[in-house]
Amino acid sequence: MSQVSMTVNGKSASGEVEGRTLLVEFLRENLSLTGTHVGCDTSQCGACVVHVDGKAVKACTMFAAEAEGADVRTIEGMANDDGSLGTIQQAFQDHHGLQCGFCTPGMVMSAAALLSENPNPSEAEIRDYLEGNICRCTGYHNIIKAIMAAAGQDVSGIAAE
Amino acid sequence: MYAFDIERPTRLADAVKLLSDSVESQPLGGGQTLIPTLKQRLAMPDRLVSLGAIDEIKGICTGDDGALCIGGTTTHADVAAGAGAYPALAGLAGNIGDPAVRNRGTIGGSLANNDPSACYPAGVLGSGATVVTNTREIAADDFFDGLFATVLEEGEIITEVKFPVPEKAAYMKFEQPASRFALVGVFVAKYGDGVRVAVTGASEEGVFRWSEAEAALSADFSAGAIDGLSVSGDGMISDLHGSGDYRAHLVGVMTKRAVAAA
Repeated sequence: MSQVSMTVNGKSASGEVEGRTLLVEFLRENLSLTGTHVGCDTSQCGACVVHVDGKAVKACTMFAAEAEGADVRTIEGMANDDGSLGTIQQAFQDHHGLQCGFCTPGMVMSAAALLSENPNPSEAEIRDYLEGNICRCTGYHNIIKAIMAAAGQDVSGIAAE
Repeated sequence: MYAFDIERPTRLADAVKLLSDSVESQPLGGGQTLIPTLKQRLAMPDRLVSLGAIDEIKGICTGDDGALCIGGTTTHADVAAGAGAYPALAGLAGNIGDPAVRNRGTIGGSLANNDPSACYPAGVLGSGATVVTNTREIAADDFFDGLFATVLEEGEIITEVKFPVPEKAAYMKFEQPASRFALVGVFVAKYGDGVRVAVTGASEEGVFRWSEAEAALSADFSAGAIDGLSVSGDGMISDLHGSGDYRAHLVGVMTKRAVAAA
């Protein structure tokens, strides 16, 4: 066991971890931040996406020890300061970007990473960026629509699907 | 995963030392292959030596001879964004896996693993690049040694890869849509002294050069120059995604597409 310290959603966090402790396990089990989901545990589904030093990573495929000193952001850090939903989260609600909601934390974190790199993405660019995020409910259309809306695009002409 | 310790040195010399002492150690690049491997209990090192905090082997620069030099722990995302001097290579890096994988996976890790369907081995072999380690320089033609094997010694660390920048080049990948690895990928590069063609995803022996296509393209750099050439399906990977003959056919198709795109 060794000590690991990092900043999570703006607050310092530390704990005892094994070498094999994954970042997602540290977040969920040590810090009780269970918004970050574990879907496949094989780095395919993207439900565990968080930001490490501003970059989207799959928290099931990174060791907690490697996040030593890092600035980590999870879905719990996406709400506004007053507790209301952040822009991307609100867009997912407004445009029915989720059904069961299991993939949503990863979808929102990937969307946030995309919009920070590319504030006004095309539909094709959004679909390409979500290559590593799997949703088994929505068929993706409303997720794409929600992200376009979060980017400030007019989506009123896009039919609900 | 079996239990192991993890070390995170910040200097190359410390990593080399850790990898050469008596504890059975495995270097850890971005972990995008190694961590799933550990989860499946296909490896059981006593210790991982993470290379991610060693800044001296990270980053992109241009050498005195004009070669593009990429540090061993540079991520695919950083190569995609920073290798503008070699657009075909930047494009290859920018289409590996998905964005989150590209933010962790590294060029050195990919090369040391030498997955028979990985993209980077084609880029390195197709460019005639030089793999630099903590002890020596290895020509791409000598580096790859069959399925998941390279000539790297135990504890040897890839510190840099030097790519001579070609006149024209392109990489075309026929993606296996679930894994996003190459079902077949072909990297074509035209240099002053000839054309190199490297194929990944196809052979049971891993990445290889298609010498007949190289000769034809060196004489006439056009997609039509490949007409009539074919590779045999013998020794090609055959699985539920495609037969050996199907992959052999794709080698020709993807080579033509790469030439057309270069």
